[in-house]
Amino acid sequence: MPYDQEQDLSNLVEDDRVHKACYADEQVYEQELKNIFYKSWIYIGHVSQVPNAGDYWTTWIGKERMIFCRDDNGEVHVLYNRCPHHGALICNNHTGNSGNKHAFRCPYHAWQFNMDGSLRNLPMKDGYEGIIDLKDPQLQMKRAERQGNYRGFVFASLSEEGPDLETWLGAGGKSAFDDICNRSPEGECEIVANCFRIIQHSNWKTFLENQLDAVHPSITHHSTGDAASQMQKIYKEETGDEPPMGYQFLADFALPYEVWDSLDTIGHPYGHTQLAGYMGLRPRDPVTMAHEEALTAAYGEDRMEEILSTNIHHVLVYPCLSVQPPLQQLRAVRPLAANKTLTEIWHFKLKGAPEGVYDRSLAYYYLVNSPSTMVNADDLNNFRAVQDGLSLRGGGDWVSLHRNAGQDTVKDGVTTSVTGMSEQPMRNMFAAWKEYMRGGA
Amino acid sequence: MQKDNAMSTSVDVQQAVEHFLYKQAEILDERAWDSWLELFTKDGKYWMPTHPEQITGEGLPNIFYEDLYLMDMRIRRVEHPYAHSQKAGHRSSHVVSNIIIKSESKATGDIVCTSRFQMVEYRLEAQRYFAGKYTHTLKKTDDSYRILLQRVDIVNVEGPFDYVMQVWL
Repeated sequence: MPYDQEQDLSNLVEDDRVHKACYADEQVYEQELKNIFYKSWIYIGHVSQVPNAGDYWTTWIGKERMIFCRDDNGEVHVLYNRCPHHGALICNNHTGNSGNKHAFRCPYHAWQFNMDGSLRNLPMKDGYEGIIDLKDPQLQMKRAERQGNYRGFVFASLSEEGPDLETWLGAGGKSAFDDICNRSPEGECEIVANCFRIIQHSNWKTFLENQLDAVHPSITHHSTGDAASQMQKIYKEETGDEPPMGYQFLADFALPYEVWDSLDTIGHPYGHTQLAGYMGLRPRDPVTMAHEEALTAAYGEDRMEEILSTNIHHVLVYPCLSVQPPLQQLRAVRPLAANKTLTEIWHFKLKGAPEGVYDRSLAYYYLVNSPSTMVNADDLNNFRAVQDGLSLRGGGDWVSLHRNAGQDTVKDGVTTSVTGMSEQPMRNMFAAWKEYMRGGA
Repeated sequence: MQKDNAMSTSVDVQQAVEHFLYKQAEILDERAWDSWLELFTKDGKYWMPTHPEQITGEGLPNIFYEDLYLMDMRIRRVEHPYAHSQKAGHRSSHVVSNIIIKSESKATGDIVCTSRFQMVEYRLEAQRYFAGKYTHTLKKTDDSYRILLQRVDIVNVEGPFDYVMQVWL
């Protein structure tokens, strides 16, 4: 079914099912770039990712290639990675520093740019005299149309218009970053300068949906959950010690349906969606106690209690991020084609928190999110199978989102699922998708 | 380039180390998991750092960093009947070469050596390949060696990774 905006949009998304073209059709994907990725706010990076003047990382907004960098005044910038002269990519590495002059230098004709994109110098200046002013904006590296920062997390929008970042994030989106930062006695987090990048042979929406799909873990991750539970016993028998927490992280993936069913999923405006926590990150171990102590010293006991009892496992900041605040990590979603998605995976330290708190984050980052993951190995395999199946001509046209449809509670634009197993998160994201694709949101 | 020990290491030792490294590659390709765990000392580790200059795996992000317990868990996962992503044939073939002994302890016979490997992996009717450098710290035993540390620096360490690595390289 080819995409035709006005005529077909309402045919693609129904209340409880969506057409396979939403995932597998290149025209739909191109329209998603225009209406969603080039309009909404997209996560770029954390300010601590570029600690020094001249530091940069490259990333993507849809198919656009962007640079995230810091200038001599300490300001961070989001630029299009394109030389205004003959159009070459300026930064050809994933990350680096622009050198002791703190200037980007085009590898083709040596035009040099300040870190805010303005032209600093170029060879053969004489040839431009009386023709064009070297301060003309068309001779500068172009900046992202808008840039915003919420608690150190930097977003850009390639549209001049639209809601400001905080309005767009709303309570749902902000909760991702508040819950990370609040867990630090200094109210701030700091990125660990390592980005795992993994290609998924599937549509970007498949990944986001899976993050809040509470039915899949005990099936998809059955093997890993079993293996981890077995090792917990063996570890204890052989060493007499409690096994490291990482084993519990993995064992939890095989929790029975009843546990998943008891968790809330909450749908917020603009498609942002939350899954309540299940990992019990407040055991009475020395690390947790030390963390409680540090937070109590900083904020008092009531506030400490409020912060640590916030129980969110995942927040999806639609359409670009999956954040796991209590584990201090996030995955940024970069849709490269209808059937190809890049994820950029980062984790954070909490400033002023005991080191053991970071060790947990690191264990999860390794076991779940590294390129040797024993968890996403099975997810990625499912995603590919879904994409290949949805790309078939025959065999049916629809993806079913019927589970508990019509049973969710809606109040003030916020939807709460009737059970953790409800397909409410997918329906919530598609409601936002439809709104974006109509030209709204 | 660091100096090597070619002149001070006997042919017998060179041969014994080479044989050991061939054996570890063969064990991986044959998926002989019990033999794999036996290659390591009790405190042995398999480590794939996130960049070539990384000097420790402790407290830092790694691509692989596993003691015997984590390795045992990985084996239990890939051999589990519900390990969906392991179905439909999952094979590898390693070639190990350029084996250079960097140091040999006169007192213990312990070895530090580097080598290069190439590995082709077949899965889901497609092949992909990996290449890189092994750095082995080997403890001398009565009749062979055991791995105290197997460091693996792959050439594509920055990624992006097309799919993931389910078993050790």
